[in-house]
Amino acid sequence: MIKIWSMKKNEDAQAKKKPKTSAAQIRVQKDLTELDLPSTMTTNFPDPADLLNFTLTITPDEGMYKGGAFVFSFNINTNYPHEPPKVKCTQTIYHPNVDLEGNVCLNILREDWKPVLNLNSVMVGLQYLFLEPNADDPLNKEAAEELRKNRDQFLYSVKSSMRGGNIKGVQYANVLAQ
Amino acid sequence: MADTLVDSNGTVTSSDWKDRFYHVDQILDRPGPRTDPSFLAGDEVKDFLRNNCKILVIGAGGLGCEILANLALTGFKDIHVIDMDTIDISNLNRQFLFRQADVGKPKAIVAAQFVMNRVPGVKVTPYYGRIQDKDDAYYLQFNLVICGLDSVEARRWINATLVNLVDPENPESLKPLIDGGTEGFKGQARVILPTVSSCYECSLDMLNKPTAFPICTIANTPRLPEHCIEWASVLEWPRVHGDKKLDTDDPEHIGWLLSVASARAKEFKIEGVTWSLTQGVVKNVIPAIASTNAIVAASCCNEAFKIATSSAAYLNNYFMLIGTDGVYSYTFEHEKRDHCPVCGGESLEISISREWTVERLIEMLTESQNIQIKRPSLSTPLKSIYFQSPPQLEEATRPNLEKKVSELVPDGGEVTVTASTLPFSLSLLITYT
Repeated sequence: MIKIWSMKKNEDAQAKKKPKTSAAQIRVQKDLTELDLPSTMTTNFPDPADLLNFTLTITPDEGMYKGGAFVFSFNINTNYPHEPPKVKCTQTIYHPNVDLEGNVCLNILREDWKPVLNLNSVMVGLQYLFLEPNADDPLNKEAAEELRKNRDQFLYSVKSSMRGGNIKGVQYANVLAQ
Repeated sequence: MADTLVDSNGTVTSSDWKDRFYHVDQILDRPGPRTDPSFLAGDEVKDFLRNNCKILVIGAGGLGCEILANLALTGFKDIHVIDMDTIDISNLNRQFLFRQADVGKPKAIVAAQFVMNRVPGVKVTPYYGRIQDKDDAYYLQFNLVICGLDSVEARRWINATLVNLVDPENPESLKPLIDGGTEGFKGQARVILPTVSSCYECSLDMLNKPTAFPICTIANTPRLPEHCIEWASVLEWPRVHGDKKLDTDDPEHIGWLLSVASARAKEFKIEGVTWSLTQGVVKNVIPAIASTNAIVAASCCNEAFKIATSSAAYLNNYFMLIGTDGVYSYTFEHEKRDHCPVCGGESLEISISREWTVERLIEMLTESQNIQIKRPSLSTPLKSIYFQSPPQLEEATRPNLEKKVSELVPDGGEVTVTASTLPFSLSLLITYT
């Protein structure tokens, strides 16, 4: 059997005995404690001992969605960061890139996810959706259509939906910040 | 000539047929130009390989079957194999240790039995179950571990386990890990020397990400049969079934997806939604090619043989095979990553008083000349001790600051420290004075 130990001795003198904490867990600890969020975003942990399930509330201070408080659930599995966190909007909102089930169309949550990205990048990406709704990648097709064709009408629909209004037969959640 | 060789070889047992090791012994009986200086030609190395070396094979699927056969024929005699799966009829085209009558039986047990029947004198010990069922003591008994796995999760687990196993006090605790993997016509074999060379986690960002389609494409503009299937599984399943989890091994679930995806495909005039494609998309199945498996398994076993015998230089440390256009292969040294959460970072043994509070420990970490960490966050493998941020977690863990470290961490226990000033993390091994 080859003697590997002798190589190790030369290479690094420092003794190593790594913790049993899973790589995903350490990575989440690092991501969370180093979050650099603007005052428009806050995290909430229903169970502070569970770092893998929490919510993020976004309260945009400019743009069309100003005045609302949008709550997203984050669900991180043990394969993080190989797999992206699962993120859903917990309210029914009128947004071109969020469907009525709360699915979010954000490239870095699916096809463009990479392990070098972190929770901060996802959160900043979500906030961006409220500042610049994107009509080209629609998940709520009608909202996207309206944004493209009639911006004023779209703005009106957004305001009305945020008050808990009904648009084309869909009842939206009242998301006005308290 | 051959006769005398075999006769003079004390390690050949009665079950070994005549001239069995004639060719292998050409390598083991004399040093070559690239043999390691520690190589002991002749009986000593043969005795180790054939009587003492204990090797673990993880996975008894496409790669595992090849690996088991290769190892047994090379002369390894004490082989263990773990696999949690049972044999499916679709395995029979390439997992050649299995026959139609074996469908439904555990892979590890059938493979072990087959190899023992075919190669007299070899002992293959199967374990039908998960690698996570086994503890450190189990993994410590082996000299070498070879993986032929199909899951990133299992690889990350065994990699982290073997890195954790390394104990500076015990050289035997360093178990070389040989990892094989294939994806269609592509494959790789690598040698991981836990804590010495780049580990599996170090290369996580090299992985092909699972194919994911933009969710808006799936929702609005499907063009491929895969888009319809993803639509059924990602959007329709949770909408219709709520919290019920999709079980990709349940034929009823696959059947439901197939019918929903077919209806959508029809609506968009897309062809090609079939049962096997549905299963392939939701289980993220990559076509397995027997010849790719054979090449990668051969490479892995070749490395196992070289490491076990020191008869030649082993792979340093990554061999990749691309058979999609012709046959191309490339070998390179994948480097360790400083901020690897498994093998990177640093570890430190510290001895403190039982009376120390968490706050005192944090003070020490920030003030100590040779550590100097700004705003450290601390946790044990089981719970958070103190988090600097986000505000809610800081508040929830703040009461711990006044507690004694010894109330939260057992003697010899581990604390993971993260901070923006650390490359990744620092692990503290705490003992009390």
